[in-house]
Amino acid sequence: MLGAQNRTLWFWVFVGPFALGLALFTYVPLAWSVYLSFFDAHNTVSPDDFVGFGNYTAMLRNDAFTDSLVTFAVFSAFIVPTTFALSLALALMVNRLRRAQAFFRSVFFLPAACSYVVAALIWKLSIFNGVRFGLANTVLGWFGADQTAWLSTTDPPWYWLVIVTVRLWLQAGFYMILFLAGLQRISPVLYEAAAVDGARPGWQVLRHITLPQLRATSVAVALLLVINAFQAFDEFYNLLSDSGGYPPYARPPLVYLYYTALGQEQNLGLGSAGAVILALIIAVVTVGQATWFGLGRKED
Amino acid sequence: MPRPRTTPARRPGAPALRRPRAAGPPRRPLDDAMVRAGRALRAVLLAALALLFLIPFYLLLRNGLASEDEITSPDWTFFPSTLRLSNLSELFEGPTVPMANALLNSTLIAVATTLGTLVLASLAGYGLARIPYRHAGKVFYAILATMMVPAAVTFVPSFVLVSSLGWVSTLRGLIVPTLFSAFACFVFRQYFLGFPRELEDAARVDGLGHWRTYWRVVVPNSRPVFAAVGTIVFIGAWNSFLWPLVIGQDREAWTVQVALATFTTSQVIRLHELFIAAAVSILPLLVVFLFFQRWIVAGVERSGIDD
Repeated sequence: MLGAQNRTLWFWVFVGPFALGLALFTYVPLAWSVYLSFFDAHNTVSPDDFVGFGNYTAMLRNDAFTDSLVTFAVFSAFIVPTTFALSLALALMVNRLRRAQAFFRSVFFLPAACSYVVAALIWKLSIFNGVRFGLANTVLGWFGADQTAWLSTTDPPWYWLVIVTVRLWLQAGFYMILFLAGLQRISPVLYEAAAVDGARPGWQVLRHITLPQLRATSVAVALLLVINAFQAFDEFYNLLSDSGGYPPYARPPLVYLYYTALGQEQNLGLGSAGAVILALIIAVVTVGQATWFGLGRKED
Repeated sequence: MPRPRTTPARRPGAPALRRPRAAGPPRRPLDDAMVRAGRALRAVLLAALALLFLIPFYLLLRNGLASEDEITSPDWTFFPSTLRLSNLSELFEGPTVPMANALLNSTLIAVATTLGTLVLASLAGYGLARIPYRHAGKVFYAILATMMVPAAVTFVPSFVLVSSLGWVSTLRGLIVPTLFSAFACFVFRQYFLGFPRELEDAARVDGLGHWRTYWRVVVPNSRPVFAAVGTIVFIGAWNSFLWPLVIGQDREAWTVQVALATFTTSQVIRLHELFIAAAVSILPLLVVFLFFQRWIVAGVERSGIDD
C-alpha cells in the first residue's frame, strides 16, 4: 500500500538521523567495548590476543577496583540521604513562603549553573584550603582551633566533608525544584479535608498527606541521586588530583577507570571489562530500585 | 457550602488518613503562637541557608578581584582593599591560562550541541509520537534503553571509537558524539503526544506534508519546550568535563572547564588569575540562568520521571 510505504519513509526521515547517531555513538561503542574486554588490548583497539574472561577476573580480583566500589557505596551513603533531606526541606520551606518565594528559589537553584570544576576549585583553594587563609580554617581559627589539611587528612577522613558538601551545594536546588513541582501537584482539597478531620498543621499533615503524595517524586529523586553518585567524577578529580597524580584513597569507579584505560598503561581491554561490569551493576541497581519502588505506577 | 468529608483522589497504596475524632479539636491559642513561632523560625532558617548558599559566589568575586598577597594573607579581609579589575585584563593577556581560546571553544561547543540536539531530538520525538509506523514502538524502546546506560560508563568505548575516527582534539570529536540525547528525544516525544491534532489537521487540509507541517505549524507552536530543553542542554554542554577532558587533549582544544581543571590541579597556582577565570567562566551561565529561569524550571520539571 502506497500510504504505509509513504509513512515508513517519513518516519525514517524524522527519526533516522537521530537513531543512526545514537546507534553509532552508543550501541557501537558498547558492542566494541564488550569485544575488547575479552582481549589483551594495551594501546590498541584491534587486538588479537584473546584472553577470555581474564580481564574480568583480573578486574574483580583487583583490590583497587573493588575499593572503588566501596568508595562509591560510602559516597552514596553520605550524599543520597543528605541531598534528599536538604532538597525536600528547602522545597517544603520555600513552598510555604508568601513573600520572596521566587528570590529564595533562585538563590538555592543558582549553584546548579555552576560546573563541578568551578565548585571544586572554590572548595579546594578557598573554603577548605589546608593552609591558614582557607575560609574554614580561618573561621575555626577564631575559635582557637588548629589548622586542618582537609583534603590530605585520612584519619579522620575529612576529605569526605569536602567532597560531599560540594555536591550537596551544587545539586540540592535542582532536586528542590523537582520536589516543588511535586508539591504543587498536590490537590489543596486534601489539605482542607485534613483540616476538617482535625489534623494539626505541621507534622501530622506532613506525615499523612504531603509525604505520601510526594511518593512518585521521591522515588524519582532517590533514583537520580544514586545514578548520579555512581557517575561522580568531576569533583573527585578536581579536588584530589594534583601534579603528583591521584591519591590512593577516595577513588570512585569512574576515576579508577579513567586512570586504568586512559592513563599511562592505556589498558583498553581491562578498562572495557571494568566499564562492562559497571554498566551491569548500574542496570541491576536501577531495575532493582525501580521494581522495589514500583516505578511507572501512575499518580492518578 | 458543605466541605468535602472524604479524601478524594487517594491512591490505593497510600496509607489511610487517621481520623482522631469526628470533629476536629478546637484551635487553641497555643497553636496559633506555635504557628507564628514556626513561621519566624522558618524565615530565619531560610535566610541563613540562603547566605550559606551564596558564600561560594562571594568567594569567587572576592578572590578574583584581590591581589595574590591579599588572598593568601592570614588575616581575613571580607573585601579586597582595592578591587583589581586589572586581574581581568591580566587573564586575557597572560599566557598562564589560555582563557580566550578556551572560552571560544566552549561557546562553539555549547551552541552547536544545543542547536544540533534540538533539531535531531525534536525531529525524532515528533516522528515517534506522530507518524504511525509498524515498528515505532521497538525503535522507541531501543532509544529509551540507552538512557539506562549512563554516558559516563560508555566513555572508554566512546573514546576508542572517536580516536579510531581520528577525532581526538578536534571540535568534531567534542561535539558530534554528544548530539544524540535520548533524554531530549524522550521529552520531545512526550510533549508531541499531547500536541493538539487540530492544528496539524488544518495544515494537512492546506496540503502540507509531514515535513512542512512540522516546520511551519508544529515548531512555531512549541517554543516553550524548545526553550526548556535548549537551556538544559546548553548548561550541560558548557559545564561538561569528562568528555572534553578525554577528547580535548591538546591545549588548543581545551574547553573552559578543562583549562580551569588543568590549573586547579597543577603545581604552581596563581590564585587571583584562577578565581577571575572561574568567575568569567560562569558568567554566561548566570546570564542564561537569570533570563531563562522560567524555562529551566519547566525543563527540570519535565525531566522528572513521574509524568
